[in-house]
Amino acid sequence: MRALAVLAALAAAPPVLEGLGAGFWVVTLSRALIFALAAMALQFVLGRGGLVCFGFAAFMGIGAYAVGIAYAQGVEDALVVFPLAMLAAGGFAALTGLVALRTRGVHFIMITLAFGQMAYFAVTALSAYGGDDGMTLWSRSTLGGFGWIEGRWPFYYVALGAAAGAWALLRALGASRFGRVIDGARQNPARMAALGFDVRRAQLAAYALSGALGGLAGALLANHAEYLSPAYMSWRRSGELIVMVVLGGAASLGGAGFGALVVVALEEALSGWTQHWRIAMGLIVLAVALFAREGLAGALARLRR
Amino acid sequence: MSLTLLAVQALNGLQLGLLLFLIAAGLTLVFGVMDFINLAHGAQYITGAYLAVFFYGHTGHFGAALGLALLAALALGLVLEALVYRRLYHRPHLDQVLATFGVILILTEGARALFGPSPLSLPRPEILSGAVPLMDGLNYPVWRLAIIAAGLAAALGLWLLVRRTRLGMQLRAGADDAEMIGALGVDVARLFRAVFGLGAMLAGFAGAMAAPVLAVEPDMGDGVLILAFVVIVIGGVGSIRGALAAALLVGLVDTLGRSLSTDVARLFLSPSAANDAGPAVASMLVYVVMAAVLFARPQGLFPVKAQ
Amino acid sequence: MKPLALAASLCAAAAAAAHAETLDIGMMLTLSGPPAALGQHIRNGFELALAERGGRLGGFDVNLIVVDDELKPDVAVGKAKALVERDGADIVVGTVFSNVMMAVFKPVIESGVVLVSPNAGPAPLAGRGCHPHYFNTAWQNDANHEVLGQHAANQGYQSIILMAPNYQAGKDAMAGVKRYFDGEVADEIFTQLGQLDFSAELARIAAAKPDAVYAFMPGGMGVNLVRQYDQAGVGLPFLSAFTVDETTLPATQDAALGLYGGTQWTRDLDNPINAAFVTGYEAAYGAAPSLYASQGYDTALILDAALTAAGTADADALSAALKAVEAPVTRGDFRFGPNNFPVQDYYLAQAAKEGDAYVMHKVATIFEDHADAYAAACKM
Repeated sequence: MRALAVLAALAAAPPVLEGLGAGFWVVTLSRALIFALAAMALQFVLGRGGLVCFGFAAFMGIGAYAVGIAYAQGVEDALVVFPLAMLAAGGFAALTGLVALRTRGVHFIMITLAFGQMAYFAVTALSAYGGDDGMTLWSRSTLGGFGWIEGRWPFYYVALGAAAGAWALLRALGASRFGRVIDGARQNPARMAALGFDVRRAQLAAYALSGALGGLAGALLANHAEYLSPAYMSWRRSGELIVMVVLGGAASLGGAGFGALVVVALEEALSGWTQHWRIAMGLIVLAVALFAREGLAGALARLRR
Repeated sequence: MSLTLLAVQALNGLQLGLLLFLIAAGLTLVFGVMDFINLAHGAQYITGAYLAVFFYGHTGHFGAALGLALLAALALGLVLEALVYRRLYHRPHLDQVLATFGVILILTEGARALFGPSPLSLPRPEILSGAVPLMDGLNYPVWRLAIIAAGLAAALGLWLLVRRTRLGMQLRAGADDAEMIGALGVDVARLFRAVFGLGAMLAGFAGAMAAPVLAVEPDMGDGVLILAFVVIVIGGVGSIRGALAAALLVGLVDTLGRSLSTDVARLFLSPSAANDAGPAVASMLVYVVMAAVLFARPQGLFPVKAQ
Repeated sequence: MKPLALAASLCAAAAAAAHAETLDIGMMLTLSGPPAALGQHIRNGFELALAERGGRLGGFDVNLIVVDDELKPDVAVGKAKALVERDGADIVVGTVFSNVMMAVFKPVIESGVVLVSPNAGPAPLAGRGCHPHYFNTAWQNDANHEVLGQHAANQGYQSIILMAPNYQAGKDAMAGVKRYFDGEVADEIFTQLGQLDFSAELARIAAAKPDAVYAFMPGGMGVNLVRQYDQAGVGLPFLSAFTVDETTLPATQDAALGLYGGTQWTRDLDNPINAAFVTGYEAAYGAAPSLYASQGYDTALILDAALTAAGTADADALSAALKAVEAPVTRGDFRFGPNNFPVQDYYLAQAAKEGDAYVMHKVATIFEDHADAYAAACKM
């Protein structure tokens, strides 16, 4: 029920903001929703699966570049490029997951970081697609030749739809048997294996799905900014995504999404206030880390009790 | 490629490796003994560099600046430990990641606010500012040899500390099982403080030594931090011996790779494609090596925890 | 203290002329990170010119909205949209770096305002991608590199080695040098963006023994390269663009003495506007101005002249006025070419010490009334 309330509030946001004379915040919220989508996908493997992936930005970047490269070849239809983005990112996740999931703990973190970096350097070398400078998308993805997301509000609702859809999907999966296997694999992989579950395969499936959703977020981000660059895949971005998830609350899907919304909104608000807004951001992050054990979502839940 | 050129590259790689070692040594101790992921370790490195510049501005003497910078870096490290890190030792790694990420933001932006965003410089001390001719038309700066010497001295000092002193014994035991030594009566809190202070000082020392060679700016710690983590993972978390071996390996691979990669690529690809592929491969090389090591020997080159 | 006084006088001026029309000028520069000094100099120059005119350009009160793009194109895109859509900027001045320029070009131009670049001049926007509402008051990116190529040819160098970071601007830099250098390029060394240790590259250069070295290493990279070059004692003529100038000289100091740079402005260009600018800048900011500072200053002067002629900030009218403008600025007389990029003289400059300050002195004029190589491709 709480979820429906949040959805309704987000759906009502554009007209409300427009009425308050803050119509530009719709653009910021669109960006926040895209990162919420990515954060929720990350939460599925990080919070649920216990796999701290430090290369998640690579999935977003691959999704963005799928859109960009397709655009450069003249393919703009969303029904083609969005699935392409998900396939490319999910495929990359599956391939790298095959190697990475053989490790655990800090080694898993470092291997995923390594793969993320490799993707970053590979893309930077693609001078045909702008290399380090990135490339501009002169128009957003179309639908049957029609520029359906060129406008501010249409794009917002598509982003909201994607984030809501991802949330519903991940929640359903999480509540299913698959979700319980993932939980068990996080808590005690040896026991799960002894019980006859193919832990490796389940984790790989979760990792690939997470990557695919990251690719969708990347495709949306490329459309939102009408621009893509290797910076989308840098390890700093991966770190920021982890911060979003943990800040919001790594234990829950909604928490991760909330964390992303908070971080993006805070950045926008703080940077308008002072040039050295990162100090304020750092203090907030530190305070949450020290005093809100389950992230902001956990703190809110405790307040409600 | 001539033998002299190779020798020069090897020296460069050695210098980079030892600088990385100074940073990674502290990081691996903190991670190994205290099981604490400190993303802000790079900020300790930057702090050393900025403090050296600051004190040099006030004293005009490099030696004094270095000494004061080390003390101030140690003080800052201990203050951070008392205020922030101490609360996080028993928290999950992710909480540590979040908190230290916040510390990075505060420290680097603080440095930018206090010192400005432009690169700062630190002159080398007079007696070490010359250069020795290594090959025709190339002088190797004495200061870089000094970094190599300092790094080796620090490695020796750490070896003595770990192998020959009581503190070292506690460190080794703590890296293996911190709970156990607490049960055996060791003041674990004091040990943690000592480890942290030592790590902070080493990183600050690296920053101060690197300052005359590199530009001192708020973002100088980013790349170094990631490489330091790569080093400790290759070397084996908690192992100083591993950190040294891995740091030298990473330093040499990175330096030699960067200088050879485009030439090698040109053997297989067209010049313009080689210009794209060469640097990309060079950048990836360190990570490929890490992945290979993890594949073959997941616990690192010199694992500490018997598992 | 000085910048504060400047800001105070700007506020006072704005308050006093309350009944004049207000113009919102959005200024997007890189004000953080290693290259922040470039953005800061441009901003200082522009604000100095503005303060000297009582906070007014072309009869309008100027409300300057300064935004930091952090050298992150994706961040810049969002901020550019905010500038034009939320803050209602009538004119946008920016950016410092070409990759940011390419990213914000679309949102700014599509919102129907004039975009004036005080620095970045990427080839696509000078050629095929040129636009009636887009102007550049500094140079086309290749130009300052072409200067060194020509100089190398003039000096009769047989072989040179080129060094630049491995990104588009780095590749453009090498292309610019090669366009005018007629000798052999012994090697093209690409470094990593943000690389700080050049020991490997310097060893390669020393081994190859070319007649000269050419480097394009902006910001903190340049500071490191210059110091390490000096320490290594390579001793070859060091030609550069955007590497040795008043933004990096305070850090490199003695290590940079004698090194060459290509530029469209130096402090010793002999005209009254320049003399006043240098004195005024040093008094206001306590540091020697760089070419970037002069670009910021000149942009304000050029906008002043065009706004006076057009009487409005409406994109079409202002663009027409800018195209026709012939204003005296710090580098002499200024005019735009047919693709809205400057046609001007370029000089070889050398780092020297003037009293306690490290500055660039003009050594020779390399090009006169030089247009960029992409003007022909612009079909405006």
